Amino acid sequence: MSRLNREQMAARVARDIPEGAYVNLGIGLPTQVANYLPADKEIFLQSENGLLGMGPAPAPGEEDPDLINAGKQPVTLLTGGCYFHHADSFSMMRGGHLDICVLGAFQVSQHGDLANWSTGAPDAIPAVGGAMDLAIGAKQVFVLMELQTRKGESKLVAECSYPLTGLRCVSRIYTDVGVFALGPQGARVVELVEGVSLDEVRQLTGLPLEMIE
Amino acid sequence: MIDKSRWNYASVVADIPDGATVMVGGFGTAGMPDELIDALIAHGARGLTIINNNAGNGDTGLAALIASKRVRKVVCSFPRQTDSWHFDAAYKAGEIELELVPQGNLAARIHAAGSGLGAIFTPTGYGTELAAGKETREIDGRHYVLEYPLHADFALIKADRGDRWGNLVYRKTARNFGPLMAMAAKCTIAQVSEVVALGELDPEAVVTPGIFVHRVVAAGGKS
Repeated sequence: MSRLNREQMAARVARDIPEGAYVNLGIGLPTQVANYLPADKEIFLQSENGLLGMGPAPAPGEEDPDLINAGKQPVTLLTGGCYFHHADSFSMMRGGHLDICVLGAFQVSQHGDLANWSTGAPDAIPAVGGAMDLAIGAKQVFVLMELQTRKGESKLVAECSYPLTGLRCVSRIYTDVGVFALGPQGARVVELVEGVSLDEVRQLTGLPLEMIE
Repeated sequence: MIDKSRWNYASVVADIPDGATVMVGGFGTAGMPDELIDALIAHGARGLTIINNNAGNGDTGLAALIASKRVRKVVCSFPRQTDSWHFDAAYKAGEIELELVPQGNLAARIHAAGSGLGAIFTPTGYGTELAAGKETREIDGRHYVLEYPLHADFALIKADRGDRWGNLVYRKTARNFGPLMAMAAKCTIAQVSEVVALGELDPEAVVTPGIFVHRVVAAGGKS
Protein backbone atom coordinates (compact mmCIF):
# COMPACT_ATOMS: atom_id res chain seq x y z
CA MET A 1 0.00 0.00 0.00
CA SER A 2 1.39 3.41 -0.91
CA ARG A 3 1.72 5.95 1.88
CA LEU A 4 2.76 9.57 2.18
CA ASN A 5 6.02 10.32 3.93
CA ARG A 6 6.08 12.88 6.73
CA GLU A 7 7.02 15.77 4.45
CA GLN A 8 4.14 14.93 2.11
CA MET A 9 1.76 14.71 5.06
CA ALA A 10 2.81 18.16 6.25
CA ALA A 11 2.42 19.54 2.73
CA ARG A 12 -1.09 18.06 2.46
CA VAL A 13 -2.29 19.92 5.59
CA ALA A 14 -0.71 23.13 4.31
CA ARG A 15 -2.94 22.95 1.20
CA ASP A 16 -6.05 23.26 3.40
CA ILE A 17 -4.94 26.41 5.22
CA PRO A 18 -6.47 29.48 3.54
CA GLU A 19 -5.01 32.96 3.24
CA GLY A 20 -5.71 35.11 6.28
CA ALA A 21 -6.04 32.18 8.69
CA TYR A 22 -4.68 32.49 12.22
CA VAL A 23 -2.96 29.18 12.85
CA ASN A 24 -1.11 27.44 15.69
CA LEU A 25 1.16 24.56 14.73
CA GLY A 26 1.91 22.06 17.50
CA ILE A 27 5.29 20.68 18.44
CA GLY A 28 6.82 17.94 16.28
CA LEU A 29 5.57 17.08 12.80
CA PRO A 30 2.90 19.87 12.79
CA THR A 31 5.71 22.45 13.03
CA GLN A 32 6.87 21.29 9.58
CA VAL A 33 3.57 22.42 8.02
CA ALA A 34 5.07 25.93 8.05
CA ASN A 35 7.62 24.81 5.45
CA TYR A 36 4.84 24.15 2.92
CA LEU A 37 2.65 27.23 3.34
CA PRO A 38 2.64 29.04 -0.02
CA ALA A 39 4.79 32.18 0.00
CA ASP A 40 2.16 34.15 -1.93
CA LYS A 41 -0.49 33.77 0.83
CA GLU A 42 -0.47 35.74 4.08
CA ILE A 43 -1.11 33.25 6.88
CA PHE A 44 -0.59 34.22 10.53
CA LEU A 45 1.28 31.71 12.67
CA GLN A 46 0.71 32.00 16.41
CA SER A 47 3.08 30.50 18.97
CA GLU A 48 1.54 30.11 22.43
CA ASN A 49 4.57 31.44 24.26
CA GLY A 50 3.60 34.86 22.94
CA LEU A 51 4.01 35.77 19.29
CA LEU A 52 1.87 36.23 16.22
CA GLY A 53 3.44 36.45 12.79
CA MET A 54 6.10 33.83 13.44
CA GLY A 55 8.71 33.49 10.73
CA PRO A 56 11.16 30.72 9.86
CA ALA A 57 14.23 29.67 11.82
CA PRO A 58 16.99 32.28 11.82
CA ALA A 59 20.20 31.88 9.86
CA PRO A 60 23.03 30.25 11.84
CA GLY A 61 24.55 32.83 14.16
CA GLU A 62 21.39 34.98 14.12
CA GLU A 63 19.60 33.12 16.95
CA ASP A 64 18.15 35.25 19.76
CA PRO A 65 17.49 33.43 23.07
CA ASP A 66 14.58 35.82 23.75
CA LEU A 67 12.88 34.88 20.47
CA ILE A 68 11.72 31.26 20.59
CA ASN A 69 8.68 29.17 19.70
CA ALA A 70 6.58 26.87 21.88
CA GLY A 71 9.12 24.10 21.30
CA LYS A 72 11.80 26.47 22.66
CA GLN A 73 13.52 26.57 19.25
CA PRO A 74 14.87 29.90 17.93
CA VAL A 75 12.54 31.55 15.40
CA THR A 76 12.08 34.95 13.73
CA LEU A 77 9.27 37.49 13.64
CA LEU A 78 7.80 38.60 10.33
CA THR A 79 7.34 42.29 9.59
CA GLY A 80 3.99 43.16 11.15
CA GLY A 81 4.29 40.46 13.82
CA CYS A 82 3.93 41.17 17.51
CA TYR A 83 4.58 39.89 21.04
CA PHE A 84 2.15 39.45 23.95
CA HIS A 85 1.93 37.85 27.37
CA HIS A 86 0.53 34.44 28.22
CA ALA A 87 -2.96 35.55 29.26
CA ASP A 88 -3.46 37.22 25.86
CA SER A 89 -1.97 34.24 24.09
CA PHE A 90 -4.34 31.74 25.67
CA SER A 91 -7.29 34.12 25.29
CA MET A 92 -6.63 33.84 21.56
CA MET A 93 -7.26 30.09 21.89
CA ARG A 94 -9.95 29.87 24.55
CA GLY A 95 -11.77 32.87 23.13
CA GLY A 96 -12.14 31.20 19.74
CA HIS A 97 -9.95 33.63 17.81
CA LEU A 98 -7.60 31.06 16.28
CA ASP A 99 -8.95 29.56 13.07
CA ILE A 100 -6.94 26.36 12.95
CA CYS A 101 -4.54 24.45 15.10
CA VAL A 102 -2.61 21.42 13.91
CA LEU A 103 -1.62 18.92 16.56
CA GLY A 104 -0.01 15.51 16.84
CA ALA A 105 -1.78 12.70 18.68
CA PHE A 106 -1.41 9.31 20.30
CA GLN A 107 -5.04 8.52 19.52
CA VAL A 108 -8.10 10.23 18.07
CA SER A 109 -11.59 8.78 18.40
CA GLN A 110 -14.04 8.59 15.51
CA HIS A 111 -16.10 11.30 17.25
CA GLY A 112 -13.13 13.66 17.62
CA ASP A 113 -11.92 12.96 21.15
CA LEU A 114 -8.19 13.69 21.36
CA ALA A 115 -5.49 11.93 23.39
CA ASN A 116 -2.10 13.53 22.91
CA TRP A 117 -0.63 14.47 26.30
CA SER A 118 -0.09 11.25 28.23
CA THR A 119 0.11 7.53 27.59
CA GLY A 120 -0.81 6.95 31.23
CA ALA A 121 2.45 5.10 31.89
CA PRO A 122 2.73 4.97 35.70
CA ASP A 123 6.44 5.85 35.93
CA ALA A 124 6.33 8.78 33.48
CA ILE A 125 6.53 12.39 34.66
CA PRO A 126 3.32 14.02 33.44
CA ALA A 127 3.47 17.17 31.30
CA VAL A 128 0.62 18.86 29.45
CA GLY A 129 1.72 22.34 28.34
CA GLY A 130 -0.81 24.07 26.11
CA ALA A 131 -2.29 20.90 24.58
CA MET A 132 -5.63 21.07 26.42
CA ASP A 133 -6.08 24.79 25.70
CA LEU A 134 -5.37 24.32 22.00
CA ALA A 135 -7.67 21.30 21.76
CA ILE A 136 -10.74 23.15 23.01
CA GLY A 137 -9.82 26.60 21.74
CA ALA A 138 -9.25 26.74 18.02
CA LYS A 139 -12.25 26.89 15.67
CA GLN A 140 -10.90 23.84 13.84
CA VAL A 141 -8.50 21.28 15.28
CA PHE A 142 -6.61 19.22 12.70
CA VAL A 143 -4.52 16.26 13.79
CA LEU A 144 -1.51 15.30 11.71
CA MET A 145 -0.29 11.77 12.38
CA GLU A 146 0.48 8.41 10.84
CA LEU A 147 -2.66 6.28 10.85
CA GLN A 148 -0.88 3.48 12.70
CA THR A 149 1.59 3.12 15.52
CA ARG A 150 4.95 1.48 14.84
CA LYS A 151 3.36 -1.73 16.12
CA GLY A 152 0.62 -1.44 13.52
CA GLU A 153 -2.25 -0.42 15.80
CA SER A 154 -4.68 2.15 14.44
CA LYS A 155 -4.48 5.57 16.10
CA LEU A 156 -7.96 6.38 14.76
CA VAL A 157 -10.10 4.42 17.20
CA ALA A 158 -13.71 3.89 18.24
CA GLU A 159 -12.92 5.18 21.76
CA CYS A 160 -9.58 6.45 23.09
CA SER A 161 -7.85 4.25 25.66
CA TYR A 162 -5.21 6.88 26.56
CA PRO A 163 -6.01 9.81 28.89
CA LEU A 164 -8.00 12.48 27.03
CA THR A 165 -6.76 15.95 26.13
CA GLY A 166 -10.16 17.21 25.01
CA LEU A 167 -13.61 15.86 24.15
CA ARG A 168 -15.17 16.03 20.67
CA CYS A 169 -12.65 18.63 19.54
CA VAL A 170 -10.87 17.24 16.43
CA SER A 171 -12.59 17.95 13.12
CA ARG A 172 -10.11 16.32 10.73
CA ILE A 173 -7.12 14.01 10.75
CA TYR A 174 -4.46 14.07 8.07
CA THR A 175 -2.62 10.78 7.83
CA ASP A 176 -0.15 8.92 5.65
CA VAL A 177 -3.03 7.05 3.94
CA GLY A 178 -5.71 9.70 3.69
CA VAL A 179 -7.75 12.49 5.23
CA PHE A 180 -10.67 11.76 7.56
CA ALA A 181 -13.47 14.00 8.86
CA LEU A 182 -14.68 13.31 12.41
CA GLY A 183 -17.91 14.20 14.12
CA PRO A 184 -21.08 13.00 15.81
CA GLN A 185 -21.75 10.57 12.94
CA GLY A 186 -18.30 9.04 13.35
CA ALA A 187 -15.31 9.07 11.02
CA ARG A 188 -15.72 9.50 7.28
CA VAL A 189 -13.15 9.46 4.51
CA VAL A 190 -12.45 12.79 2.79
CA GLU A 191 -9.78 11.43 0.46
CA LEU A 192 -7.44 8.49 0.18
CA VAL A 193 -3.85 8.46 -1.02
CA GLU A 194 -3.62 7.10 -4.55
CA GLY A 195 -3.37 3.32 -4.39
CA VAL A 196 -5.16 3.02 -1.04
CA SER A 197 -8.63 1.47 -1.04
CA LEU A 198 -11.59 2.07 1.26
CA ASP A 199 -11.49 -1.60 2.25
CA GLU A 200 -7.87 -1.29 3.30
CA VAL A 201 -8.53 1.64 5.67
CA ARG A 202 -11.60 -0.13 7.04
CA GLN A 203 -9.37 -3.07 7.80
CA LEU A 204 -6.60 -0.94 9.32
CA THR A 205 -8.97 0.95 11.61
CA GLY A 206 -11.68 -1.62 12.25
CA LEU A 207 -14.20 1.19 11.68
CA PRO A 208 -17.15 1.14 9.23
CA LEU A 209 -15.76 4.01 7.16
CA GLU A 210 -17.57 5.54 4.22
CA MET A 211 -16.45 8.12 1.69
CA ILE A 212 -17.87 11.61 2.04
CA GLU A 213 -19.96 12.23 -1.08
CA MET B 1 10.96 60.66 45.87
CA ILE B 2 9.87 57.12 45.08
CA ASP B 3 12.74 54.99 43.90
CA LYS B 4 12.10 51.24 43.50
CA SER B 5 15.43 50.65 41.79
CA ARG B 6 18.07 48.59 43.58
CA TRP B 7 21.62 47.74 42.67
CA ASN B 8 22.24 44.56 44.57
CA TYR B 9 20.60 41.18 43.99
CA ALA B 10 21.26 39.87 47.49
CA SER B 11 19.33 42.67 49.18
CA VAL B 12 16.19 42.34 47.04
CA VAL B 13 15.62 38.67 47.91
CA ALA B 14 16.82 38.83 51.54
CA ASP B 15 13.29 38.88 53.01
CA ILE B 16 12.01 35.79 51.17
CA PRO B 17 11.23 33.39 54.03
CA ASP B 18 11.33 29.61 54.22
CA GLY B 19 8.09 28.12 52.91
CA ALA B 20 7.28 31.09 50.66
CA THR B 21 5.33 30.73 47.43
CA VAL B 22 7.44 32.25 44.67
CA MET B 23 6.42 32.84 41.06
CA VAL B 24 9.35 32.64 38.66
CA GLY B 25 8.94 34.17 35.21
CA GLY B 26 10.12 32.54 32.03
CA PHE B 27 9.17 30.04 29.36
CA GLY B 28 12.11 27.69 29.28
CA THR B 29 15.08 29.99 29.58
CA ALA B 30 13.48 32.98 27.80
CA GLY B 31 12.57 35.43 30.56
CA MET B 32 14.14 33.33 33.30
CA PRO B 33 15.54 35.72 35.98
CA ASP B 34 18.82 33.84 36.47
CA GLU B 35 20.55 36.47 38.62
CA LEU B 36 17.61 36.75 41.03
CA ILE B 37 17.49 32.98 41.36
CA ASP B 38 21.22 32.79 42.02
CA ALA B 39 20.69 35.37 44.77
CA LEU B 40 17.79 33.33 46.17
CA ILE B 41 19.99 30.22 46.25
CA ALA B 42 22.71 32.17 48.07
CA HIS B 43 20.09 33.59 50.46
CA GLY B 44 19.13 30.04 51.38
CA ALA B 45 15.31 30.06 51.79
CA ARG B 46 13.97 26.49 51.85
CA GLY B 47 10.70 24.64 51.45
CA LEU B 48 9.64 26.91 48.59
CA THR B 49 6.61 26.46 46.37
CA ILE B 50 7.58 27.55 42.87
CA ILE B 51 5.14 28.57 40.14
CA ASN B 52 6.64 28.55 36.64
CA ASN B 53 5.65 27.17 33.24
CA ASN B 54 8.37 24.53 33.41
CA ALA B 55 10.54 22.97 36.07
CA GLY B 56 14.00 24.11 35.06
CA ASN B 57 16.22 23.69 32.01
CA GLY B 58 19.85 22.64 32.08
CA ASP B 59 21.82 23.62 35.17
CA THR B 60 21.00 27.31 35.60
CA GLY B 61 18.10 29.39 36.91
CA LEU B 62 15.18 27.36 38.25
CA ALA B 63 17.06 24.11 37.56
CA ALA B 64 19.84 25.27 39.89
CA LEU B 65 17.31 26.18 42.58
CA ILE B 66 15.78 22.69 42.37
CA ALA B 67 19.27 21.12 42.39
CA SER B 68 20.00 23.03 45.60
CA LYS B 69 17.04 21.21 47.27
CA ARG B 70 15.21 24.38 48.24
CA VAL B 71 11.98 23.54 46.43
CA ARG B 72 9.17 21.57 48.11
CA LYS B 73 6.58 21.88 45.37
CA VAL B 74 6.37 22.96 41.74
CA VAL B 75 3.18 24.23 40.08
CA CYS B 76 3.71 24.12 36.31
CA SER B 77 2.38 22.95 32.95
CA PHE B 78 5.36 21.21 31.39
CA PRO B 79 8.04 19.84 33.73
CA ARG B 80 9.34 17.01 31.55
CA GLN B 81 11.84 18.21 28.95
CA THR B 82 15.02 16.86 27.46
CA ASP B 83 17.07 19.06 29.81
CA SER B 84 14.99 18.90 33.02
CA TRP B 85 17.27 16.37 34.71
CA HIS B 86 17.36 18.12 38.10
CA PHE B 87 13.57 18.14 38.40
CA ASP B 88 13.30 14.59 37.02
CA ALA B 89 15.73 13.27 39.64
CA ALA B 90 14.06 15.12 42.55
CA TYR B 91 10.58 14.02 41.41
CA LYS B 92 11.56 10.38 40.99
CA ALA B 93 13.24 10.46 44.42
CA GLY B 94 9.96 11.70 45.91
CA GLU B 95 11.59 14.93 47.09
CA ILE B 96 9.35 17.30 45.21
CA GLU B 97 5.60 17.63 44.81
CA LEU B 98 4.10 18.45 41.40
CA GLU B 99 0.83 20.22 40.61
CA LEU B 100 0.30 19.92 36.86
CA VAL B 101 -1.83 22.70 35.34
CA PRO B 102 -2.70 23.19 31.66
CA GLN B 103 -0.68 26.15 30.40
CA GLY B 104 -3.62 28.44 29.66
CA ASN B 105 -5.22 27.63 33.02
CA LEU B 106 -1.91 28.43 34.68
CA ALA B 107 -1.88 31.84 33.00
CA ALA B 108 -5.58 32.42 33.74
CA ARG B 109 -5.26 31.42 37.40
CA ILE B 110 -2.31 33.78 37.88
CA HIS B 111 -4.20 36.50 36.03
CA ALA B 112 -7.27 35.86 38.22
CA ALA B 113 -5.19 36.28 41.37
CA GLY B 114 -3.75 39.53 40.10
CA SER B 115 -7.21 40.72 39.05
CA GLY B 116 -8.92 40.00 42.36
CA LEU B 117 -11.21 37.28 41.03
CA GLY B 118 -12.39 34.57 43.43
CA ALA B 119 -12.32 31.83 40.81
CA ILE B 120 -12.74 31.23 37.10
CA PHE B 121 -14.75 28.80 34.97
CA THR B 122 -12.48 27.53 32.20
CA PRO B 123 -13.31 25.14 29.35
CA THR B 124 -9.74 23.82 29.28
CA GLY B 125 -9.35 20.36 30.75
CA TYR B 126 -13.06 19.57 30.97
CA GLY B 127 -13.60 15.82 30.88
CA THR B 128 -9.91 15.03 31.40
CA GLU B 129 -8.12 13.59 34.40
CA LEU B 130 -6.64 17.02 35.21
CA ALA B 131 -10.19 18.16 36.04
CA ALA B 132 -11.11 15.00 37.99
CA GLY B 133 -13.09 15.81 41.14
CA LYS B 134 -13.39 19.51 40.29
CA GLU B 135 -16.66 21.41 40.20
CA THR B 136 -18.06 21.90 36.69
CA ARG B 137 -20.83 23.96 35.21
CA GLU B 138 -22.62 24.13 31.86
CA ILE B 139 -23.00 27.70 30.66
CA ASP B 140 -24.76 28.39 27.35
CA GLY B 141 -24.21 24.81 26.25
CA ARG B 142 -20.47 24.70 26.92
CA HIS B 143 -18.81 22.84 29.79
CA TYR B 144 -16.47 24.59 32.23
CA VAL B 145 -14.26 23.62 35.16
CA LEU B 146 -14.01 25.73 38.32
CA GLU B 147 -10.40 26.73 38.98
CA TYR B 148 -9.05 28.91 41.76
CA PRO B 149 -6.57 31.79 41.54
CA LEU B 150 -2.86 31.26 42.09
CA HIS B 151 -1.38 33.82 44.47
CA ALA B 152 2.25 34.22 45.49
CA ASP B 153 4.25 35.91 48.20
CA PHE B 154 6.93 36.95 45.74
CA ALA B 155 7.35 37.10 41.96
CA LEU B 156 10.81 37.06 40.42
CA ILE B 157 10.61 38.22 36.83
CA LYS B 158 12.89 39.44 34.06
CA ALA B 159 12.11 42.48 31.95
CA ASP B 160 14.20 44.45 29.48
CA ARG B 161 14.04 47.98 30.86
CA GLY B 162 12.43 49.57 33.89
CA ASP B 163 12.31 52.93 35.64
CA ARG B 164 12.35 53.97 39.29
CA TRP B 165 8.56 53.84 39.50
CA GLY B 166 8.61 50.19 38.42
CA ASN B 167 7.24 50.60 34.90
CA LEU B 168 8.51 47.75 32.71
CA VAL B 169 8.94 46.80 29.09
CA TYR B 170 10.01 43.35 27.99
CA ARG B 171 12.03 41.86 25.18
CA LYS B 172 10.39 39.64 22.53
CA THR B 173 9.04 36.30 23.78
CA ALA B 174 10.81 36.75 27.12
CA ARG B 175 7.63 38.63 28.12
CA ASN B 176 5.58 35.41 28.57
CA PHE B 177 4.41 35.18 32.22
CA GLY B 178 6.12 38.33 33.52
CA PRO B 179 3.20 40.78 33.29
CA LEU B 180 0.82 38.25 34.89
CA MET B 181 3.07 37.24 37.75
CA ALA B 182 3.82 40.89 38.50
CA MET B 183 0.09 41.35 39.22
CA ALA B 184 -0.35 38.23 41.34
CA ALA B 185 2.40 38.48 43.96
CA LYS B 186 2.44 40.50 47.18
CA CYS B 187 5.98 41.59 46.29
CA THR B 188 7.22 41.66 42.69
CA ILE B 189 10.93 41.90 42.01
CA ALA B 190 11.97 42.60 38.42
CA GLN B 191 15.49 42.23 37.11
CA VAL B 192 16.13 44.42 34.09
CA SER B 193 19.04 44.98 31.77
CA GLU B 194 18.79 48.72 32.37
CA VAL B 195 17.07 51.16 34.71
CA VAL B 196 16.20 54.22 32.64
CA ALA B 197 15.18 57.72 33.68
CA LEU B 198 11.49 58.46 34.28
CA GLY B 199 9.87 59.43 31.01
CA GLU B 200 12.27 57.47 28.88
CA LEU B 201 9.83 54.56 28.50
CA ASP B 202 7.12 55.49 26.01
CA PRO B 203 3.91 55.65 28.12
CA GLU B 204 1.99 54.10 25.20
CA ALA B 205 4.35 51.12 25.23
CA VAL B 206 4.69 50.38 28.95
CA VAL B 207 3.63 46.73 29.38
CA THR B 208 3.64 46.43 33.16
CA PRO B 209 2.57 49.60 35.00
CA GLY B 210 4.69 50.34 38.05
CA ILE B 211 1.81 49.74 40.48
CA PHE B 212 2.46 46.00 40.08
CA VAL B 213 6.21 46.21 40.75
CA HIS B 214 7.94 46.72 44.08
CA ARG B 215 11.63 46.38 43.33
CA VAL B 216 13.61 46.83 40.11
CA VAL B 217 17.18 45.58 40.04
CA ALA B 218 19.56 46.19 37.15
CA ALA B 219 21.58 43.31 35.77
CA GLY B 220 24.62 45.39 35.08
CA GLY B 221 24.78 46.91 38.55
CA LYS B 222 24.93 50.66 39.09
CA SER B 223 26.04 52.57 36.05
